[in-house]
Amino acid sequence: MNKEEFLSELRRKISGLPHEDIEERIAFYSEMIDDRMEDGLPEEEALACIGTVDSIVEQIMSEIPLSKLVREKVKSKRSLKAWEIILLVLGSPVWLPILISVLAIVLSLYVIIWAVAVCIYAACFSMAAGAVGGIAGLFISLFKGAPAVALFSLGAAAVCAGLAILLLYVSVWITKLILKMTKRIILGIKTSFVGKEE
Amino acid sequence: MDIQLKRGLLDACVLAAIKNEDSYGYRIIKDMKPYLEMSESTLYTILKRLEAGNMLTVRSVEHEGRLRKYYHITREGLRRIEEFKEDWKEINAIYNFITREETGNE
Repeated sequence: MNKEEFLSELRRKISGLPHEDIEERIAFYSEMIDDRMEDGLPEEEALACIGTVDSIVEQIMSEIPLSKLVREKVKSKRSLKAWEIILLVLGSPVWLPILISVLAIVLSLYVIIWAVAVCIYAACFSMAAGAVGGIAGLFISLFKGAPAVALFSLGAAAVCAGLAILLLYVSVWITKLILKMTKRIILGIKTSFVGKEE
Repeated sequence: MDIQLKRGLLDACVLAAIKNEDSYGYRIIKDMKPYLEMSESTLYTILKRLEAGNMLTVRSVEHEGRLRKYYHITREGLRRIEEFKEDWKEINAIYNFITREETGNE
């Protein structure tokens, strides 16, 4: 890949950004490559120093706010023709409910995923409560003079405590997993906003 | 490292790189290299932020038949460096406090 190919690929992959933004970034990277080559580096190596196009795009995507991308997407769209607007308005009883229900389904799927995490936290909490209850039962039974029941309470408390600790690890792990997934989804949405336009 | 702390640190580094004379992207990266490896994309973001905060100004200069952007520090930028130094004194004091606790426990 040479400099021109590198820059045109970069331009293509960030084509959803505001126009001035694209030009400025391209000029910036172009200057960087030229300066490296002037410093005596061969073109290939100069490009390698800058990094891959994908890594640059990914960094740009993670820094730019989603709202800016959406605004640009809406702004840059060609204006609709009259008949298209009429069709959109007339068709709204059909497409609007569909759109809303699709969004609702997506949202509820996301909520369900979190609900799983909440359930595990709840189980963990109830196990911890069970452990405390077991200890309380132990003392009450001892006080009442029922050693067999006291021993049972102690055992139950130990089991509950063990499960609570285990579940705590599981729930923390799941929470981290969901957060990581959320980040990926947002990055995916951003990329789809920027990448598609030719 | 705490993201706010790191941001301040990187800003101050870039400002320091253009403090004595105007500089351009590649030279800023090269000058910082012995102390701090910074990618082009990161530098771009920082330069944009500093420009938006009136800490530096940009001008294009023709060089070998192409344009090169030179960055010039403003009074605001110089003040930012001084502020950073003051902040760092505080951090240093905190650092001393933390390490003193450590040796005290030994």
